[in-house]
Order: sequence, then C-alpha cells, then structure tokens
Amino acid sequence: MAESEKTARRSVDPLTLWVLVTVLFLGVLILIPGVLAPHDPYSLEVSNRFAPPSGEHLFGTDQTGRDIFSRVIHGAKYSIGSALLIVGSASVIGTIYGALAAWYGGLADRLLVRVVDVFLAFPYLIFAMAVAASLGRGLNSTLVALVLLWWPSYARMVRGQVKSILNEYHVMAAQTLGAKKSQILRWHVIPHTYNQLLVRFTLDIGNALVALTGLSFLGLGAQPPTPEWGRLVAQSKQFVLNAWWYAVFPGVVIFVVVLNFVLLGDALRKRSTS
Amino acid sequence: MTQLLLETDAVSKTFGSGKNAVHAVREVSLSLAQGEVLGLVGESGSGKSTVANLLLGIETPDSGSISVEGRPVGNWLKEEPRVYREVIQAVFQYPIAALDSRKRVGWLIEEPLVVHGRGTKKQRVARVKDLMSAVQLDEELLDRFPYELSGGQAQRVNIARALALEPKILICDEPVSALDVSVQAQILNLLLELQTSHQMSMIFISHSLAVVRHLSNRIAVMYAGTIVEGGPGRDLVDSPSHPYTELLVQAAASSSSNREGLVSTISPEGLPRSGCRFVPRCPLATEVCSNGEPELVMNSQSRSIRCWHLDTT
Repeated sequence: MAESEKTARRSVDPLTLWVLVTVLFLGVLILIPGVLAPHDPYSLEVSNRFAPPSGEHLFGTDQTGRDIFSRVIHGAKYSIGSALLIVGSASVIGTIYGALAAWYGGLADRLLVRVVDVFLAFPYLIFAMAVAASLGRGLNSTLVALVLLWWPSYARMVRGQVKSILNEYHVMAAQTLGAKKSQILRWHVIPHTYNQLLVRFTLDIGNALVALTGLSFLGLGAQPPTPEWGRLVAQSKQFVLNAWWYAVFPGVVIFVVVLNFVLLGDALRKRSTS
Repeated sequence: MTQLLLETDAVSKTFGSGKNAVHAVREVSLSLAQGEVLGLVGESGSGKSTVANLLLGIETPDSGSISVEGRPVGNWLKEEPRVYREVIQAVFQYPIAALDSRKRVGWLIEEPLVVHGRGTKKQRVARVKDLMSAVQLDEELLDRFPYELSGGQAQRVNIARALALEPKILICDEPVSALDVSVQAQILNLLLELQTSHQMSMIFISHSLAVVRHLSNRIAVMYAGTIVEGGPGRDLVDSPSHPYTELLVQAAASSSSNREGLVSTISPEGLPRSGCRFVPRCPLATEVCSNGEPELVMNSQSRSIRCWHLDTT
C-alpha cells in the first residue's frame, strides 16, 4: 500500500503534465509571442500577397502580404487572453455573489437568485450586440458584454455548492469551535468549491473563446488590424476561394485550442468525481 | 454542595409542525456539577443528540431554559458567543467527517487558537505539539490530511481541537460509536484521563449503557425525548428500576447477535401520542399507562424514575 503510493507520487501524472504544458504554451503565446512568431504580424509586404504556405510562411500570407502564422500567434493574446479574462472575472464575481446569496439565505437569497435568473434569460448574441451597440464597437465592449453574461452561471453553481457544504458535518464542528461566519466561509466552504470551479473554468475557456471569436467574426469584437482569431477568419471569407490557407489555418487553431480545453475540462471532471 | 456548572430546566424541542411534528426533546431537566461526568443513554432517535445540540447552541429550545455558570445560554450566545465556546466544547460522532478534508492536522488543531486569537504563531505551534502529545498523537501526523488518518487518530485530533480552548464542559456525542471496537477503549480511557487531569465536567452521550457506565458518575436514560430514569451510575446499572433501563441493561449484557430484538430504533410514527411512550414495548404496561404520562419522581436513593409501576418494580 505504502509502496504503491510512493511510486505513484514519483511518476508524473499525465493530467498534471497536460495542464502544465497547456499553461506553459499559452503563457508563451500570450506573454512573449515574439519568441515564436517569425515575422512582424503588422508589417505589410504587398508584393508577396496570398503566398501559399511554405517554409518561410507556414500558414501563408494574407491580402497585404502579412505572415498569417505570426498573426495567429500574436492574436492569441487577444483571443485566449480575452477568454481567460472573461471566465476569470465571471468566476470571481459569480463565486462571491453565489457564496453571499447562499450564506445570507432567506429574502436576500431569493432576490439575488432572481437577478441571476434575469441575466440567464438573455440570449447571449442579442445581449452582446446590445451592449456593443451602446458602448461602441471594439474588443472592450464585447468583453464587458460577455462578462455580464457569464457570471450568473457561476453564481448559480457556487450558490448551490455552498448551500450543500454549509450542511456538512465539519462546518458544524467549526461553528462549535467558535469560528466566525467569515472564517467558516473562507476556510471551510469556499475551498471546497474549487474542484468543480476548476472543471467549469477549464470547459468555459473553450466556450468563451467560441463566443468571442463568433462575435468578432460578426464584426462586434476586435477591429482591424488586430489579429484576433475571429477577426482573421472574418477577413478571410472574401478570399476563401483563392487563398484557402487564410481561412483554414486560423480556423483549425481555434478548433484545436477549444478542443484542448473541453477535453482537459472533461478529464479534470473525471478526476474530481472519482 | 458542589457548584452547578450547567442546568437545563424543562427544555423542549420540536421539529416540524402539525401532523409531521417530531417531539425530539420533551421537558428535559439535567444538571451537571463541577468535575462531574454525566452519562446520557438511549437508543437512536431518543433525542440525546438533540440535547447535545441544544447545549451547544446549534439548536435553540422551543421552551425551557438552559444555563451555564448561572447564565442563560441564549444570553451567552447573544452577547458573548465566543466566550461561551471557550466554556463548552464538543467531540462528535463521526471523527473524519468532523474535520475539514482540505486542511492538515496541524492546521486543524491550531484553528481554535487562531479563532480565539490565542498567542503568537510561534506559541500556537508549540501549543499544537503539546496538545498532540496530550491526546497521544504522533507529531509525524502534523501534515496529514483527515482522510489519511484512522478513525481513532481522527477522533484524537477532534479531542485536541476541543481541548485547545481548555473548556470547563466537554460534550461527547457518541464519540466512539463510529470507531473499531479495539480503538473504542483507548479513546474512552483518553477522555477519562483528560477529564480528570483538566478537571473538566463532561456530558457523555451514548446508546451503549456499558460505555456510559464505564465513565459516568451519574446516568440519565432517555426514551422518546424524555428522561425515564436518572441516578448514580453504578447503582442505576446494577439495579435498574424503569423497564426501559432494564431492557438496556439486558442488551448490554447479551451478545450482539440477539441485541437487535431488544433495542430497536424509535420511529416517531410508531410512538403513542399520549400516555407513557414506552407502552408498546413495556412488559409491565397496563391500562393506566396509556391514560397519562407519568411524572419523573425522585425516590429515597436519589434515583428519579418516570413510571406508573414505580412501587411494583
């Protein structure tokens, strides 16, 4: 028993490795894209427009001769960075909101839950369009719209969890010791929501990426010349017949990244429930 | 006359209402003197854990009063809830579930000290080690998580947590019933040792008369929310007066194989709504028993009994 435990600890857990590789790779993409990108994503080279994929230009070039590979790499900052920002803010706001609702209970809880229901009732596209229209086009207003749409689902999830954790035996034991409400919440309740939160967070990075690139594709998100991925695909659509690489490579990258997060989230869920 | 540390006067608690009302505790009066161990026995559903929760302020009584050190508990909890926690502490039934699974042993034992702002970090760490040796826990376990402990070890952690605040009263709610038989005696002896060395008063709740007898100066027997018999520990076990106590004594003496027939779980639906609640299982039951509930009467040997057949038994 003790022997197998030790060997398990020594060998690297594949799931941990997966998370590490993902974080490391995205960290480089977002923080220091220049290391990976062979070209300046904004420099024009009109003479070399619509160059097909080659050793020099892995993903080919676009209508103004910019290197699509470099643009995709630099675009990660906008696409994945924004997705992280959306899900990050939404989970923090949602956790605090949901925990407070569950903690206070009674009328306050019912009021807070109603507010969540109202937000959840909006179709996200229409809501995002409305916000974008009122705040003006651009990545920032789309971010605001998506955070506004996203936090209620976290609030609802965390509220349910906190409600059930509050009934657990160890919480009663802590109350008997004389722990304050705030201490119980911080020490004995919130940490128990982390597992599910992490699963949801991971799955949602993929979902937020899809939502964000979708809105960008419709022209609501990032504006040119930002190499945001949804934007890249949107621009490529006029040239799809004579430059297939322009649409395909950014599209495939979005697909792979989203799939990675969904699969990772699923694996984390299996781990946390087993 | 020793000083009374804790006193309850006709405390009642009902859960639910109307047809579904469960009278968990009905007019229970108890007292606990300085340095005394009071045993509270009864089968599951008899309301003994509710009594513990009432004393700990986890539940509030519907009627009756509880006072600790002469001060009503409601008043304590309202004005100085944290001081009350320093006076009365508890050890619960499920040792591992009572510990936060995400915290380490060292953290858990330090928690009461942090909560009550005792000492500096350095002093607390030293105190945690003292407490661990007081409950005979190896210091190696400091960095373990609760699920890495055995039931006995986890219960020692719980005892150390309760002890950290040096309470005057320790409530033990079935502290050994979830443990292996071989570990039960160790934990019981530890509790008794600590009770003596710290001069604590203790309320020891258990379904097993054998366990309670081992520890208690006085014993109160509960059935269906009321106390049916109370008296000096050894005496009560050696010569039970109430038919229910007798049943418990028999159950403790007989082998575990036929124990189930004797002691069952009380289901609220199966209880009489009036008269003596024990009638359906009582060998002495007569018509008078169903007509009204008997009072708790004190006899000459400082024994109190709730039975119509007091004279014949």
